[in-house]
Amino acid sequence: MSAVHPATLREWHRFTPAERLARYAVYFFLVAAVVISAESIEIIPEFLYDAPEQFADMFHRMWPVAWGFYPEGVHEVLIETLDIAALSTVFGLLMGIPVGFLAARNAVPVPFLNYLARFILVSTRSVSTLLWALFFVAVFGPGALAGTCAIAFHSIGFIGKLFSEAVEDANKGPIEALTAAGASPMSLILYGYWPQVKPTFWAIALFRWDINVRESAVLGFVGAGGIGMALDTAINLFQWDRVATILVTVFVVVIIAEVVVTQIRKRII
Amino acid sequence: MTLAGFTAIRPFRAPWHVRVGWLALFIYLAYATSHLELTWPRFLQGIGNGATFIGRMLPPNFERWELLLKGMAESLEMAIVASFLGIVLSLPLSVLAARNLMPAVVTWPVRMLIMLCRSFHPVIVAIIFVKAVGFGALAGIAALTVASVGFLGKLFTEAIEEISLKQIEAVRATGASFMNTIVFGVIPQVMFRFIGFSAYETDANLRNSTMVGIVGAGGIGGTLFAAFQRFDYDFVFAILLAIIALIMVGEVLQIQIKRVFKQ
Repeated sequence: MSAVHPATLREWHRFTPAERLARYAVYFFLVAAVVISAESIEIIPEFLYDAPEQFADMFHRMWPVAWGFYPEGVHEVLIETLDIAALSTVFGLLMGIPVGFLAARNAVPVPFLNYLARFILVSTRSVSTLLWALFFVAVFGPGALAGTCAIAFHSIGFIGKLFSEAVEDANKGPIEALTAAGASPMSLILYGYWPQVKPTFWAIALFRWDINVRESAVLGFVGAGGIGMALDTAINLFQWDRVATILVTVFVVVIIAEVVVTQIRKRII
Repeated sequence: MTLAGFTAIRPFRAPWHVRVGWLALFIYLAYATSHLELTWPRFLQGIGNGATFIGRMLPPNFERWELLLKGMAESLEMAIVASFLGIVLSLPLSVLAARNLMPAVVTWPVRMLIMLCRSFHPVIVAIIFVKAVGFGALAGIAALTVASVGFLGKLFTEAIEEISLKQIEAVRATGASFMNTIVFGVIPQVMFRFIGFSAYETDANLRNSTMVGIVGAGGIGGTLFAAFQRFDYDFVFAILLAIIALIMVGEVLQIQIKRVFKQ
């Protein structure tokens, strides 16, 4: 009987033992996190059993929808909401693009600036819109200005992160050609990077505007303008038919915004 | 001597309708700006207010760290439970919504449901749930779950619609049942992208779980809003620092987990 070569006896595995160990560790970690969270969170069971009844009652009160409320109390704040969304996107782009550019390691080869820009991106994104709104209401007083600043600052992180990734993915060829021709840093940006990241820039701008339309609908809860103010008032006064009017309006506007974004994307990108 | 008779020719001049579009956008933005009442004295006063505000925020006050820790733990638990529920609900929904696996009769209602979940901001959903199930973490979990279904449902569906149908055909040709087709034909193709989306959504839930408390749906947001209204700005700053730290840790974990599953 001929001896079998030991190598052929080895069983084939898709992953190395270290990879498998890492996977099992992640599974264990995730399961443990879910189990511990579900066990320790405080939920009052009575509230849960009661929920279907409460929901039925709420929808019953919402019907019929108070359409007559739209011209007197919704239209104006809706326009304000859309203004906030558009302006905050513009301001967010104005602040986010430079920070995003500084965060790109290939365009700005200064590690200190990269880390600083990355920190700005993460921290502006971590503080949610409503928290920014609280801050700006304290600074500028209640109103649309506070809301615009809040969304603009929250957008910096999102815009900057996506933009810096686009810049890092840019093809090196044109940049090297321009550098070899003795181009100034400004020319490098304008003729080397900008043409390459332009489609991404427009995609980011549209995507962020779409998000900001949604975000601007909640600013009113902390007094920062927009349709949320009307919603907050209606909920506090238990005028559920008016709440329904506002919710339907928000829903329609969000759908329209999504359709507009999809159409523009198709045309220009 | 100037070059008389020569005018600069711009070869890539924008067509007229694009220029009209730009003009319309600028007019709209100018009009919107005029609504904001952004005046110079108001701006100066704002800078003054901001300086006072930041002055009162420093140094951060960690004296009530027990309250802080309790709120952060609740936010974290809400985010984890809501992400878990969102992923578990989105998986079957996205299979039902994928146009390459299901007939239009099934996909349309499911797609509508996913769109409905996505169209309202988590805070608005949270308010509705606060009214329906009362204050506390339950309302927050429900709101974040709805948001997760809206987001993950859409991305999962798109991922499934982009898969190669050849593998499905091959699995079907062996006489596999529908569930077997899903498990051996679909899931291996989308697994890595699903993990990426789920990690991203968990991150988003973590952010949002710190916010829904403002409308009474549990988590650190409630503590923060209360501190804000009592003008305890130094405690507010401590909470903000804790939130930023938590989200940064979450981001690092997310990258590590994605690295483990990268093939």
